[in-house]
Amino acid sequence: MVVDQGAVRAPRNLVPFVTFLQAAPLAAVLIVFLLLPMFALVVVSFFDYNSVQIIPAFEFTNYTDVLGSAVTWRTYLNTLRFTVIVWVVTAVLGFTIAYVLAFEIRSRTAQLVLFLVCTVPFLTSNIIRMISWIPFLGREGLLNSTLLKLGLIHQPLEFLLFSDFAVVLAYTHLYVLFMITPIFNTMMRIDRRLLEAALDGGAGWWRTVVEVILPLSKSGLAIGSIFVVTMVMGDFITVRLMSGGQSASVGLMIANQIASLQYPAACANAVVLLAVVLTMIAAILRIVDIRKEL
Amino acid sequence: MAPNSSTRFGRRSVLTAAGVAAGSGAITGFPTIWAQNIKNVTLRQFGTGVSNLNAVAEKVKQDLGFTLEMTALDTDAVTQKAVTQPKSYDIADIEYFAIKKVFPTGVMQPMDAKKIKLVDKIVPIFTKGKLTPDSKPAQGTTPYSVGFVDGPNGKTFAAGQTGWMTLIPTIYNADTLGIRPDLIGRPINNWKDLVDPAFKGKASIMNIPSIGIMDAAMVMESLGTLKYADKGNMTKPEIDKTIAFLIDTKKSGQFRAFWKSFDESVNLMASGEVIIQSMWSPAVAAVRSKGIACKYQPLAEGYRAWAGGLGMAKHLSGLELDAAYEYINWYLSGWVGAYLNRQGYYSAVLETAKENMSPDEWGYWIEGKPAQNDILSPEGKVMEKAGAVRDGGSFYERMGRVACWNSVMTEDRYMVQKWNEFIAA
Repeated sequence: MVVDQGAVRAPRNLVPFVTFLQAAPLAAVLIVFLLLPMFALVVVSFFDYNSVQIIPAFEFTNYTDVLGSAVTWRTYLNTLRFTVIVWVVTAVLGFTIAYVLAFEIRSRTAQLVLFLVCTVPFLTSNIIRMISWIPFLGREGLLNSTLLKLGLIHQPLEFLLFSDFAVVLAYTHLYVLFMITPIFNTMMRIDRRLLEAALDGGAGWWRTVVEVILPLSKSGLAIGSIFVVTMVMGDFITVRLMSGGQSASVGLMIANQIASLQYPAACANAVVLLAVVLTMIAAILRIVDIRKEL
Repeated sequence: MAPNSSTRFGRRSVLTAAGVAAGSGAITGFPTIWAQNIKNVTLRQFGTGVSNLNAVAEKVKQDLGFTLEMTALDTDAVTQKAVTQPKSYDIADIEYFAIKKVFPTGVMQPMDAKKIKLVDKIVPIFTKGKLTPDSKPAQGTTPYSVGFVDGPNGKTFAAGQTGWMTLIPTIYNADTLGIRPDLIGRPINNWKDLVDPAFKGKASIMNIPSIGIMDAAMVMESLGTLKYADKGNMTKPEIDKTIAFLIDTKKSGQFRAFWKSFDESVNLMASGEVIIQSMWSPAVAAVRSKGIACKYQPLAEGYRAWAGGLGMAKHLSGLELDAAYEYINWYLSGWVGAYLNRQGYYSAVLETAKENMSPDEWGYWIEGKPAQNDILSPEGKVMEKAGAVRDGGSFYERMGRVACWNSVMTEDRYMVQKWNEFIAA
């Protein structure tokens, strides 16, 4: 083939073409598996539907239904509330754990081993990890029965399971590693001489952490935040299982609509969710230039 | 050979030896090829977990020679797959209220009643619309109202019995509330007991909109707050009132959780998180099999019933279509019926099931008599000790007191929207 052979000693005007060719496989994958489905999503979101089928049309009913309903707004607020709480908790935990791993543990081997220990729970399915909380937190669960036996409480603590607390707990457990890993990674790249310089300059431990380590870990925090925010915003199963179906999330709303064969409504909802999440990611990237700091 | 010469043989010999079946005229004369062909046939069946039993697939292989592949999904997913992936299955094991949505889309073909040998023996609920000639008609999507279409290409339901059936009934049952008699502390007689403040934080209702709303309606009627023209087909104001009631009840902290799958309901009950909830019969059995007291409480207002059946995908033809008819005839012939009855469901043709059950089993499950010996599950586990009586009594007492059937409403779209409000509230 002309092009294949031409790759090495291509005339100058063929070079851009060869570059395109090199990018083609990835582009093809993205077009087929990302752009086309998204396109379909957007198209269907304008369709009409009844209880048995979807009817090709171009109407804004699905969007007016979604945006005009108080339920949607409440559900978005609830999802955002979970996202903010989980983001704060995982960021603080993730930063602390990564800090200990990166700066307090001196031996490389110990660092590696402890990091692997953090990943151990992630060898199991996340559904299993989530479900295992249920017998632990239940009214007659391990925690309640232990506390009762120790005489610390006299009534089982009901808020432990099927509550917002349970949801946040499960999210934290599920997603904290997605914070730890990128933060740990950026921390390991921090030039240790900067810490010595801070020390020499008279900065205490707290100032070093806040003014040297934290700013230099920003890109890790940003990457972790993107993971956590997108996963919590799109989640439906954790909310359903841990709140016992009592709480709603946008993902759950979409899942319910799909289950009732209301695909166009689900698509419109998904498009709105996509827009919201993309805005949030854009905001994160606006604050932290992750490429510059990688 | 004539196409319907198979009536001379037993079903098994037809498929394994003679190699001829009704309707397979085109390949007559090549019996051995046919006999081998049928072994290569694989029918893909999907449905809810309740009747997708591996034991059935194994028995089919043994009796009929072909392979039955089963996929179990939840109620909503079944409807979804039936409509959106019609080529992915051959046999749909689907509920009657779902078929009301599915059949009009044209993904399935009606079955010729003439090819169903025991069609006249099917319980009259399905073929005549009534259990006995003088039963009161129940509300909701009755199996009879969606059981027939006018012709081989029909997509809309016929007003009465015709020769073309949408589904052949497999299992059905009468649902009510499950309770933990050891924890509940008082007799339960009405649907309204679900929302008794005494059980605050210890009640649950299922989060399957089309069924959950019916349970809620039973509660509303029991409380006397609302009388529905048809609980299975509510008007918008009726839906509004029902959902407003559910939201108030939820906000007062009555519900501990909402469940969506069978296992969830079992776990809620077994763990003591919930002591009264909407429940399915085998879930009650599953709780009891853990040695935990659980009662399927009959209630004054009657039962909410449901029924499932086997339907054929539109694309089935030729050899596979024959195998599908053969399978359905086998399904009604007794072995499966006995198996399902022993799980606490009811089967379509009771007479043939009876032949496959011991008199004691028949007495316990169908006639509501005290068990003479221990009652075993199909897997041989003890389900009930000698002396036990089935909750709710006999087949006629239970199926004769159906207040409404699982339904799809005309205002389905609106109802689901409102239901989501309840869940989000």
